[in-house]
Amino acid sequence: MSFLEYAPAPESQAILNLRDSYGLFIDGEFREGHGTPFASISPATEKHIATIAHADASDVDAAVAAARRAYDRTWSRMSGADRGKCLFRIARLVQERSRELAVAESLDNGKPIKESRDVDVPLVAAWFFYYAGWADKLDHVGLGAAPAPLGVAAQVIPWNFPLLMLAWKIAPALAAGNTVVLKPAETTSLTALLFAEIVQQADLPPGVVNIITGAGETGAALVGHGDVDKVAFTGSTSVGRAIARSVAGTNKKLTLELGGKAANIVFDDAPIDQAIEGIVNGIFFNQGHVCCAGSRLLVQESIHDEVIDRLKTRLSTLRLGDPLDKNTDIGAINSAEQLQRIRELSDVGEAEGAERWTAACTIPENGFWYAPTIFTNVSTSHRIAREEIFGPVLSVLTFRTPTEAIAKANNTPYGLSAGIWTDKGSRILAVADKLRAGVVWANTFNRFDPSSPFGGYKESGYGREGGRHGIAAYLKTAAPTVALPSATARKTVSKGATK
Amino acid sequence: MTGTQIVPGERAIALLGGEANDANLRRYLHGIPGVDAVGLEQRAAGLGTRSIKTTSKAWALDRIIGLIDLTTLEGADTPGKVRSLVAKAVTPDAADPSCPRVAAVCVYGDMVPHAVQALGTAHGDPDQGKIAVAAVATAFPSGRSSRSIKLEDTADAVAAGADEIDMVIDRGAFLAGRYGQVYDEIVAVKEACRRADGTYAHLKVILETGELNTYDNVRRASWLGILAGGDFIKTSTGKVAPAATLPVTLLMLEVVRDWHRLSGEKVGVKPAGGIRASKDAIKYLVTVAETAGEEWLTPHLFRFGASSLLNDVLLQRQKMTTGHYSGPDYVTID
Repeated sequence: MSFLEYAPAPESQAILNLRDSYGLFIDGEFREGHGTPFASISPATEKHIATIAHADASDVDAAVAAARRAYDRTWSRMSGADRGKCLFRIARLVQERSRELAVAESLDNGKPIKESRDVDVPLVAAWFFYYAGWADKLDHVGLGAAPAPLGVAAQVIPWNFPLLMLAWKIAPALAAGNTVVLKPAETTSLTALLFAEIVQQADLPPGVVNIITGAGETGAALVGHGDVDKVAFTGSTSVGRAIARSVAGTNKKLTLELGGKAANIVFDDAPIDQAIEGIVNGIFFNQGHVCCAGSRLLVQESIHDEVIDRLKTRLSTLRLGDPLDKNTDIGAINSAEQLQRIRELSDVGEAEGAERWTAACTIPENGFWYAPTIFTNVSTSHRIAREEIFGPVLSVLTFRTPTEAIAKANNTPYGLSAGIWTDKGSRILAVADKLRAGVVWANTFNRFDPSSPFGGYKESGYGREGGRHGIAAYLKTAAPTVALPSATARKTVSKGATK
Repeated sequence: MTGTQIVPGERAIALLGGEANDANLRRYLHGIPGVDAVGLEQRAAGLGTRSIKTTSKAWALDRIIGLIDLTTLEGADTPGKVRSLVAKAVTPDAADPSCPRVAAVCVYGDMVPHAVQALGTAHGDPDQGKIAVAAVATAFPSGRSSRSIKLEDTADAVAAGADEIDMVIDRGAFLAGRYGQVYDEIVAVKEACRRADGTYAHLKVILETGELNTYDNVRRASWLGILAGGDFIKTSTGKVAPAATLPVTLLMLEVVRDWHRLSGEKVGVKPAGGIRASKDAIKYLVTVAETAGEEWLTPHLFRFGASSLLNDVLLQRQKMTTGHYSGPDYVTID
């Protein structure tokens, strides 16, 4: 055996103490759902993990009613300092149970344990710590005098970062004084239900956090519910559109965080080894199941061959396999359905004339897997350069000048994130200023922090999560609060883009 | 062990397209892509999280021993101390004859005859299970003396039987931008490594990364050391803090990998100073294997410059066979 075939180093599942079946978490307790329960499986083995309750319309009613009661009777009347204490307790419990949460997340979602352990769960705790600190300072941050909470928030989250997206939604909502009903994605309910146990442990008043499980129709019933004041959704652009339609004409406030097709721009003076790492981290982190993934690599023509060559060498060292093995870099694709979509779009890419290269990996027998793949010779008109693949597939395009790079980067219906790689600081600033993307990373990619607002332009959605902007989205405020780039900056952008 | 047969200087002229003077070297070294410190350190930290268990760990521990340059570089060194070091190098674990030997012993130049004598028949090429003698030279560790003294120092050690010379570069000249001077000196020392029979002692070029301060400097100095004919590039003397770190070693391995892509030649890397625990040494093995490739994990391409590391590896090794940890009194102090 060669050294690089590292002996298996699986994280033990002994720490998990899962139940056979999970009910809905409403009004501080677990109860049966009225729909037909469904199974949650591990995408790496297709083995059954637990049976999950299915919420129907009457369950949604009950959850929203519980949230309303909790809002009226306790949570909106509680002082900010006391709400903060509750959130600090949650944050500390997340840290205490971090290993258990990481194992559950990797088991249920298929992401490598090194990511759930080193990225997801630490960020979850960080998000609660951060927003716990905001809870008693809302009067003093320029959001007007005594900004008021909105009421009941309906929150629907995706399957790519199940627990982290839950934290992004619940932490600011509670800090601002709202109560929530949250629906996790159908394939990844497990950690949200473990989080419900943490809510009990943290002794939050019943009804402040309600978690209902189910599929699309449960989510539709929740966001369409008449007694909801705020809808927050992270997921696909098509569902986001449907939600925007259903919310139109109501008093509900809406934030959407949708798809992306981020450009990762590599200039010829980039720190090359770190840029390669950044490209890998940009698209192969979490199997590419990242809405802000750097799925379009824009590389300066003069260094194209060298970059591709180095990238292939680097990809050959990635380790695909058991998500619970501590040395796994690429885990399982979350569902058979998603795998099908990745395959379909990749085949289209090939049919359109792009050149496909796939890293040599042994694919396990069971479960859903897709080996890291790059497409070279991609044109802007190819579907794999336009549509979100949401998988470990990178499309490589070239550019010759900064102007062309900016034009190509902006030539997408999305605008969630972008990356710039160059050794020249002034170029970073000049290019970032012209990119129409909510997040621009310079000489790094896929880094998140609770203090940094995150959100999109165009079809990537509206509203911001994280930072002061993130909490403003859950408050009635007197002063203007949405701090998108100033009007003059936007004007410059559109000028630059039409040149 | 014999150094590279390439005539020093040819490497550089081929690449630079001209004489290796200040201007040409500057143009080349400053044209190399920069290093992003945050990204480099992140990558090193990522490699450090690899989990090496059971059979992989057992292999790694044995390999670490076989890659160690067991070192004593003290003003207080005596022939007796060197003999004791050699004995430890030959038989690292008195209780376990299956324990591999280290790659080399590393001493000051005047101790070379004592090391050679103490090694006796065990003296030879580490690739053949023998132990080499490495000597530090060129006014180690500061390098602050005239060139003639440095060359004399080197030739002395080689004549006394040193198989490998660990030289220091002139950091003052490097930081002042006098790359040609640094280059010429390495070439001259390489020439001083020539034995009577025309073969060369292996040359390790110590960059003293702790004094170069920036990663960009480390990368340039690494290229300079290779262009001038170094067989190894080595992080540090062990006398300046910080000595070897994982990010610096990763960076040097990237240079060595790039040199191999460019020329097909393999140059070695030696982190030295500050690596004391098996756990850390395993991170270095992972970094080597995932950067330059697994074939670099041989004595003529990778070394650890260390003294206390050996005992920690022996304790870990004993733990793997017996199932429990012993203590410092179950390994010999030197």
